[in-house]
Amino acid sequence: MADATITEDELHAYADGFLPADRLAAAEAFLAANPAEAARVAEWRAQAAALRERFGPVADEPLPERLQIDNIALRASGLRRKIAIAASIALIVGATVGWFANDYFKIPTQNQMARALADAALEAHRLYINEVRHPIEVRANEAHLLPWLSRRVGSQVKAPDLGDEGYKLLGGRLLPGSRGPAALIMYEGQGGERVTITCVRSASNERSNFKWRQMGDIGALAWIDAGLGFVVAGPADRDKLDRIARSVYAAYELPADRK
Amino acid sequence: MTAVRRGLEPLIPALRRFARALSRDAETADDLVQDTLVRALRAEHLFHGGDLRTWLFTILLNLDRNRRRGLSRRPILTVIEDADPPAEPGSDGTGRDIERGLSLLPPEQREVLLLVALEGMSYREAADVQGVPIGTVMSRLSRARTTLRTHVDGELPKLRSVP
Repeated sequence: MADATITEDELHAYADGFLPADRLAAAEAFLAANPAEAARVAEWRAQAAALRERFGPVADEPLPERLQIDNIALRASGLRRKIAIAASIALIVGATVGWFANDYFKIPTQNQMARALADAALEAHRLYINEVRHPIEVRANEAHLLPWLSRRVGSQVKAPDLGDEGYKLLGGRLLPGSRGPAALIMYEGQGGERVTITCVRSASNERSNFKWRQMGDIGALAWIDAGLGFVVAGPADRDKLDRIARSVYAAYELPADRK
Repeated sequence: MTAVRRGLEPLIPALRRFARALSRDAETADDLVQDTLVRALRAEHLFHGGDLRTWLFTILLNLDRNRRRGLSRRPILTVIEDADPPAEPGSDGTGRDIERGLSLLPPEQREVLLLVALEGMSYREAADVQGVPIGTVMSRLSRARTTLRTHVDGELPKLRSVP
């Protein structure tokens, strides 16, 4: 009688609780008549129970921070990766442009480099301006801020006075890059709005024009000059950022020992 | 928050459990889960309905296969037996035995056994996750159970009869 024959697959289904109800009786009759098969099924169930006992509690462990959905979403958005390559919020004060360009373009033009630089800095800017407690590593009133950044970037890093635009220097931080560090200098306005200057060393000495990039309510101006790549990022007020960018440009035009 | 992201969150604990059993190493497992989730979010535009859980487990298995392929190219010795944290309080030797048994299974068999016995997936779902016909799932499952029996025989609690 075909119905009375229980296949190997059915035995597994029985052990796993997947056997259709209309086959249960036949399976049980078969197992009752075949103790060796019954022992196999019992053992499979014991294996499954041991697995659940050993690993089941893992699902009840509190999730580590890195597996929490918000952090996953942040990572998925690429922000972290871009920060690792790029720079951040305010005024970009110096690193290698080839460093940005490498990740974005194989053989970039100066303008492409400036655009890529701006995009990278915008992403970073977005992240750090919202950082209330640790927007910067070294505060403006610490005398070693600029010497430290300059030493690490490998070129003199400056923090021009943006008081005329209503911005006060907060401080700076170092950002990692594949070819060398980038300096990020952050300023804050009266309303808490922030502007960053990012500066990275460039692989070439050619100049580019000012490149404007906007992402939502944040804008950035980027350019390459005298072996350095710069990005000024802040609230998307083109005129204001333009003036700030010119202040930065002017600060770097001065001989190093005078500014 | 997107639909995928909302659907993803409650599945994270199960992914961790599965990954831990798959790799028997907490750090490796969480790396796998993290990469799986990031990938899922980045590729959510590729997900057009269907079973989110199956999709996530598929991603995780693919990442694990890549990981193992990477490891096999590198001259790194991994001492699997010692890589685990001590068994949780309250568990007897069974947990260690089942871990040892798992480590002896070929990967595809281990995957099927864990999908079915630990995660409670149907054979159809396990077949979807592995991207193989259901018959392949059945034969892998059968071989896994037989192998496990051979290796941990005498260490699992002996059952004398079927209740």
